[in-house]
Amino acid sequence: MLDEAATDTMITQISDSLYTHLIKTYDGNLPSAGLHSLDEIRTQAFERFKSMGFPTVKQEDWKYTNVQPLIGQRYSLDTEMPSGTPALDKALIPKLDAHRIVLVNGRYSSELSTDEEIPGLQIMPIEQAFDRLCFAKYFAAYADKTDNPFVALNTASFTSGLFIEVGKSRQLQKPIHIIHVAATDKPLFTQTRNLYVMGAFAEAEIIESFITEDGAEHNLNNQVSEIVLRENAKLQHYYLQVAGPQSNYLNHTEVHQEKHSLYNNYNCSFPGAAFVRNNINVQMGDSEVESHLYGIALTAGNQLVDNHTIVDHIKPHCESYEWYKNITQDTSTAVFNGKIFVRLDAQKTNAFQQNNNMLIGEKSAIYTKPQLEIFADDVKCSHGCTIGQFDNEALFYLRARGISEAQARVLLVHAFAFDVTSRFLNAAVREYVEHLVEEGL
Amino acid sequence: MLSIKNLHASVEDKAILKGLDLEVKAGEVHAIMGPNGSGKSTLGNVLAGREAYEVTEGEVLLDGSDLLALSPEDRAREGVFLAFQYPIEIPGVSNINFLKTALSEIRAYKGLPPMEARDFLKKVKEKQQLVEFDAKLANRSLNEGFSGGEKKRNEIFQLAMLEPKLAILDETDSGLDIDALRIVARGVNQLRADNNAFILITHYQRLLEYIVPDFVHVLYNGRIVRSGTKELALELEEKGYDWIKETVDA
Ligand SMILES: Nc1ncnc2c1ncn2[C@@H]1O[C@H](COP(=O)(O)OP(=O)(O)OP(=O)(O)O)[C@@H](O)[C@H]1O
Ligand SMILES: [Mg+2]
Repeated sequence: MLDEAATDTMITQISDSLYTHLIKTYDGNLPSAGLHSLDEIRTQAFERFKSMGFPTVKQEDWKYTNVQPLIGQRYSLDTEMPSGTPALDKALIPKLDAHRIVLVNGRYSSELSTDEEIPGLQIMPIEQAFDRLCFAKYFAAYADKTDNPFVALNTASFTSGLFIEVGKSRQLQKPIHIIHVAATDKPLFTQTRNLYVMGAFAEAEIIESFITEDGAEHNLNNQVSEIVLRENAKLQHYYLQVAGPQSNYLNHTEVHQEKHSLYNNYNCSFPGAAFVRNNINVQMGDSEVESHLYGIALTAGNQLVDNHTIVDHIKPHCESYEWYKNITQDTSTAVFNGKIFVRLDAQKTNAFQQNNNMLIGEKSAIYTKPQLEIFADDVKCSHGCTIGQFDNEALFYLRARGISEAQARVLLVHAFAFDVTSRFLNAAVREYVEHLVEEGL
Repeated sequence: MLSIKNLHASVEDKAILKGLDLEVKAGEVHAIMGPNGSGKSTLGNVLAGREAYEVTEGEVLLDGSDLLALSPEDRAREGVFLAFQYPIEIPGVSNINFLKTALSEIRAYKGLPPMEARDFLKKVKEKQQLVEFDAKLANRSLNEGFSGGEKKRNEIFQLAMLEPKLAILDETDSGLDIDALRIVARGVNQLRADNNAFILITHYQRLLEYIVPDFVHVLYNGRIVRSGTKELALELEEKGYDWIKETVDA
């Protein structure tokens, strides 16, 4: 079927199958057909991808996160809707009243989504947004400046995704709940591209859940989300990773913020998905911008969850606040890498970062690396990192009051996660996440 | 109720309890005094089931059944309560949530349904008043940032909430101001009943003026070396421990 002999100096032998498959099938016959400028962006991105190749553990950013076994497998690239309707119950959040958007293998399902007209809100499959002004302005404007090869690949050959635009001064009453379903009966590689644009003074809440259909085949999902917040916009953004072990994710989120905007990201991973790599980059493109990044990864089995974040302070008077917590069980691995840049121009920056880790599994692993690069002199920056285990004294105290060991552990993990979970503005999501913490232990 | 026979226990291979005997009957209050390092807290910890303490010999029966065979949580559910000498802080676990969990697990163990939220809150309020425990503290994280005295008071609040059969108070009086001491003593006196018992570990005879014990024991070098009534505490207050040590060591 494929020419296994195809070689490329940039890649190793094992990654040939997905790589050659992508190369062979990349015929430029994209859904963007007709839009010359988009075609050009995509062709250039493909050249970039070819020159970078898939990353290896020799690269600092991928040191603990080996993608080779994943890309060494054969996948179908055909993301046509599977027959039958996938169940969504795994993504349901009790007490949450939201507009529901369902993407199956990245494709928008109008059947499963609450297809309603909301004034000031545009939601559509991304390919329908190609001729929009703000698409032309923001698509590939920031994410593609990074050196993540998966972004280049995604730009070159994404097949589906979601476009959301919240109009100027619109404040959405209800959150948007996006459910990403992996449902396939053959090994599948999907590439989804999302663009969310928050107009000036717009306010919204986007909650994204990742689930896997029961019995689904192995799947690898390369998703890129570009998010733009215009002046004074506010976005609360939740990632709830509750997919099954067959699913693997490469998620890149690129946020660009304009003056006075606020972006809050709450990034939660739970036992399930075998491989999760999140890149969350926030570019504070103007002054008086505020961003909060909260993360909680509770891992089990042989899972790997890797969160790489970049907060880039470019202009003065911005504030960033980041707090990630990892709890590893069994033989799982958690990786946290938090970069903060404070550029020369970014005086009066306030940047805070904290990463706390709780190693429960004796054979689990945690790799954490805070990285601060500060070029301005009048700034307030702090970072801290801790690694610990269960506090046996605390465990005994609770048990001595009649609480079972299992329940005592739940209480202590809740307590550990509390600094993060208590920041969740949406009470329904907070409760749901607390419940998932309990279930995940 | 509690019957300890020839109890030997060690920590990290160091023998600490060396043949301790003690009988406590329902309705009684026993005070245990003794010099620093004699093994008083060790006794409390062994009874509560702390893992670091290894029982090498002897037996402990609670109402006729083997206490040492039980896990710490099952001992608590059977009615053993240790008020710690040094209560620890657990940030992020709310006091109230902790008590609710403890109470419902104890009830489940006894085959009782969970308490109605309303009844639970009523009980919290009632016991808070009994031990004059500030409602603000009750709603905070478990002991987090509490003063020494507040932590001790919280132990007594928990004791009042859980209503154990056998309560062991390890120096609960240390670090309490005079008023707090009176309040704690009044709480304990009100909780005293025919079907429960208290073991008070203390260095000060002052506590025993407020909570009058039926028996006073001296623990020295891992054993109970002298037992008497409340007059023994007065004698110790006056003479110290040397005369006892001399007779024992002789
Ligand atoms: N976990 C432990 N590890 C090592 N040694 C211990 C431990 N617990 C107790 N010991 C030792 O056992 C002996 C008895 O300690 P214990 O705490 O029972 O004394 P105590 O009678 O309660 O003293 P105090 O009046 O000072 O509270 C001491 O020598 C102490 O150092
Ligand atoms: Mg002691």
